Amino acid sequence: MTCEELVELVTAYLDGALDPETEQRFVEHLELCDGCEIYVEQIRRTAAEVGQVEPEDLSAETRDRLLEAFRSFPR
Amino acid sequence: MLLYRRHVGVVVPTDDVLVAGLRTGDEETFACLLNGWSGSMLRLARSFVSTTASAEEVVQDTWLAVFEGIGRFEGRSSLRTWVYRILVNIARKRATREQRTVPWTSLVPDHVPTVDPQRFRGPGDQYPGGWRAFPDRWPTTESEVLAHEVRSTVAAAVESLPIRQQVVLTLRDIDGYGAEDVCALLEISMVNQRVLLHRARATVRGRLERYFTGVDA
Repeated sequence: MTCEELVELVTAYLDGALDPETEQRFVEHLELCDGCEIYVEQIRRTAAEVGQVEPEDLSAETRDRLLEAFRSFPR
Repeated sequence: MLLYRRHVGVVVPTDDVLVAGLRTGDEETFACLLNGWSGSMLRLARSFVSTTASAEEVVQDTWLAVFEGIGRFEGRSSLRTWVYRILVNIARKRATREQRTVPWTSLVPDHVPTVDPQRFRGPGDQYPGGWRAFPDRWPTTESEVLAHEVRSTVAAAVESLPIRQQVVLTLRDIDGYGAEDVCALLEISMVNQRVLLHRARATVRGRLERYFTGVDA
């Protein structure tokens, strides 16, 4: 497995979705290659940073309308 | 493998509490859900319909359907999954009306490298496919100022992604859904899910790399 091949498999690796043989080659490569170790760590870090992002929000009008609809919903 | 993920933002109570709150009309419960889920719901809706305004209406119609249906919710899935499924159904119907039925599956670019091939050694080299130069290590972001800049860089990168990549990335890395759940919700294959997620992460990583080191990815 080359570095160029490994970088395309990182998400599959992190999901545990590689077949056993490919996973073994992935792990062996990673143990020997600082560049790929850095790359995998950066993908992990990226996913963690994405987890910190607050997604966009509803407009205030829609939000108010929904709160009002919830309040007046017949129960 | 999600050990690196920290849950931030709104803390949402357990489903039992939420369902009871929705059934009895507890406003605090509903406000909490609006705050916690609206962003993801908007993004999800936006992947089916053509405008932001239309996506807002899908989110609104979803909540109205939830008010109607919450009495019949049986807890066979999580509340959030149940709500998201309602949203996907409403969004699909609306997309058909808008004649905007782009199948999710046909749009996945595959076999296009996610890292610039120039960064790897060519076929004539002693180590073909090896890094020409290793990626630079990134600094930790202990300072608040840096952390804030990183967050805006990431947010801008996510916004710039194709909408389907945004949706999968949001469901996986923000909402914390597993691969199977995302596939079931969006009716896409595992392979497509993974390609979309990986391309999204690789692009955001590239933006972060440019931010941290000034090197183009």
